[in-house]
Amino acid sequence: MGSKKKIRVLATKPGLDGHDRGIKVVASALMDAGMEVIYTGFRQTPLQVVEAAIQEDVDVIAMSSLSGAHDYLFPKVMELLKERGADDILVIGGGIIPDEDIPALKACGISEIFGPGTNTQDVIKYIKENVKR
Amino acid sequence: MPEKNDLEKLRKAFDEWSKSVEKKLAKRPERKPTFINTSGIPIERVYSPLNVEWLDYLSDLGFPGDYPFTRGVQPTMYRGRLWTMRQYAGFASAEESNRRYKFLLDQGQTGLSVAFDLPTQIGYDSDHEMALGEVGKVGVAIDSLEDMEALFRDIPLDKVSTSMTINAPAAILLAMYIAVAEQQGVPQEKLRGTIQNDILKEYSSRGTYIFPPKPSMRIVTDIIAYCSEKVPNWNTISISGYHIREAGSTAVQEVAFTLANGIAYVRAALDAGLHVDAFAPRLSFFFNAHLDFFEEIAKFRAARRLWARIMKQRFGAKDPRSMMIRFHTQTAGCTLTAQQPQNNIVRVAFEALAAVLGGTQSLHTNSMDEALCLPSEQAVQVALRTQQIVGHEIGVTETVDPMGGSYYVEELTRQICERAEDYIKRIDEMGGAPAAIEKGFIQKEIQDSAYAYQREIEKKERIVVGVNSYQVEEEKPTNLLRVDPAVRVSQVEKLKKLKAERDNSKVKETLESLRQAAEGKDNLMFPIIDAVKAYATLGEICDTLRAVFGEYKGVAAFGS
Repeated sequence: MGSKKKIRVLATKPGLDGHDRGIKVVASALMDAGMEVIYTGFRQTPLQVVEAAIQEDVDVIAMSSLSGAHDYLFPKVMELLKERGADDILVIGGGIIPDEDIPALKACGISEIFGPGTNTQDVIKYIKENVKR
Repeated sequence: MPEKNDLEKLRKAFDEWSKSVEKKLAKRPERKPTFINTSGIPIERVYSPLNVEWLDYLSDLGFPGDYPFTRGVQPTMYRGRLWTMRQYAGFASAEESNRRYKFLLDQGQTGLSVAFDLPTQIGYDSDHEMALGEVGKVGVAIDSLEDMEALFRDIPLDKVSTSMTINAPAAILLAMYIAVAEQQGVPQEKLRGTIQNDILKEYSSRGTYIFPPKPSMRIVTDIIAYCSEKVPNWNTISISGYHIREAGSTAVQEVAFTLANGIAYVRAALDAGLHVDAFAPRLSFFFNAHLDFFEEIAKFRAARRLWARIMKQRFGAKDPRSMMIRFHTQTAGCTLTAQQPQNNIVRVAFEALAAVLGGTQSLHTNSMDEALCLPSEQAVQVALRTQQIVGHEIGVTETVDPMGGSYYVEELTRQICERAEDYIKRIDEMGGAPAAIEKGFIQKEIQDSAYAYQREIEKKERIVVGVNSYQVEEEKPTNLLRVDPAVRVSQVEKLKKLKAERDNSKVKETLESLRQAAEGKDNLMFPIIDAVKAYATLGEICDTLRAVFGEYKGVAAFGS
């Protein structure tokens, strides 16, 4: 990761959940930290998320779900990323996600889950330290 | 009002007092250089009659039940009857939710409030691809009249009032409710309750829209027209600031954007040929109760005064009921913390108290565990008990509007009115709320406030106990309430069986009538009721309307 190239992030909400306050706040904070952020809006299918990520050539996908559908949607996104050989993208998640669900999400390749009360500076730091390309 | 001479004396005394305080500040400064609330209103060191010189008791406040209703919409308020205690609930299947409703009614709850899952709210049956992962998660899954029958089994619909948080497909769920009532032998004239039916805030804040704004507004006015004739005790719409606030707005923005939406609905109903006093008494509202105690109380009072004036002056309403804001309140979900969740009980209690001191007609108190998961039965019970304690134990219900006359609250009420009016004027100039939403103006304002709020927390200018201060190492909570993924499987099975057993030619026929009505101008409620009774599914009905109206794709409202 060269210091000249800006980190590109796809901020997105897979599923039907419209609670976008959190993802927009995170997106604003990432922009203020010098990253390029593409926000897809909500109601995205996992396929749309993956296609947007590949098309926009992002380094990071940050996705959020507050409806409890993360247990289906997040692994589905990972599965499609692998199918397309784009699993070098750093994927992080946030929202209302019970702690007991986190091990399964990490097992399918999601790097980190950020819950309610997260400081956006921690997200920024995490991305900078872990971005893979 | 104080006499002029008294005011002069007071002003002199105040100046002297201020000077002496200023002198001491060098040694003992205040905690902050400036005090300012979430709406950006600067807060004075102290309030006195000098701050409310403007106040004209009869025209600004009036007595409870009198215009402009600042002090309350009923003359006796809670001395007559407490607010309706109404906990929003619903998850998994209709059978499971029915059990929760009976539990809540057994615990002394006085009204029902139905939460639907996202596929239902966006008009997809449980077997639709878009529904994968979402069935039964944030509410109950309703695919057809069959599910609605199970949802209200053994609950007499002439005895309870039911609120349904449903917007884009509101007409369909109302039609199902009417059909279930009919099966119970309850005529629709007797039904009491509310459908949210507030599509404008879906575009700006909540996200469960289906159709573009224009046909959506037509559906809203069709419902208003139908109910004003056939379901006279039904609240046809619940114009909601709640979600605007949850999305991050300030208190002033909550009032302003909600009332701007209200103006748009009134305008649409008038344009459809209805008379203002024929429908306006059945418009209801829904606000958030956030943490800043006095700002919230003032907000509720300001909303009442402002709406009364709008209805009287702008729309020429004659019936006082057309000028009253009757509202439901929910404590602010966004103020709950996942850290030390028991602290949420205290937050919710203060928010509930603000709602009651603000004169709410009904109230939902959030459960302590809602930043983590769906509320457990025990958590819901504590939340309901909180309302009962406020209602019965602490004496705040014994007189009407006990905060009335507080120099601080009256001045805050005025400032919130004034700032909200400024916003409404700007929105008027843009062509009204639908145009302001289409431009992304309202979304942008909310988004900026949300980001500013978060930055205050991160800079510790705003303390959130347990989150940015007073943290502890804590055990991760376990045994959270979860929805069994089998719900989807059984809903899909039910749909298959239903489609095999119902009279499919009847379904086809009713959907065809609906399509024709949608293409023309007839009120959509009639063909929707017919389709629902023929057991057409929610998805089929919405697809019929999608084919005519199209789907809304959203506005890109993010950015700086």
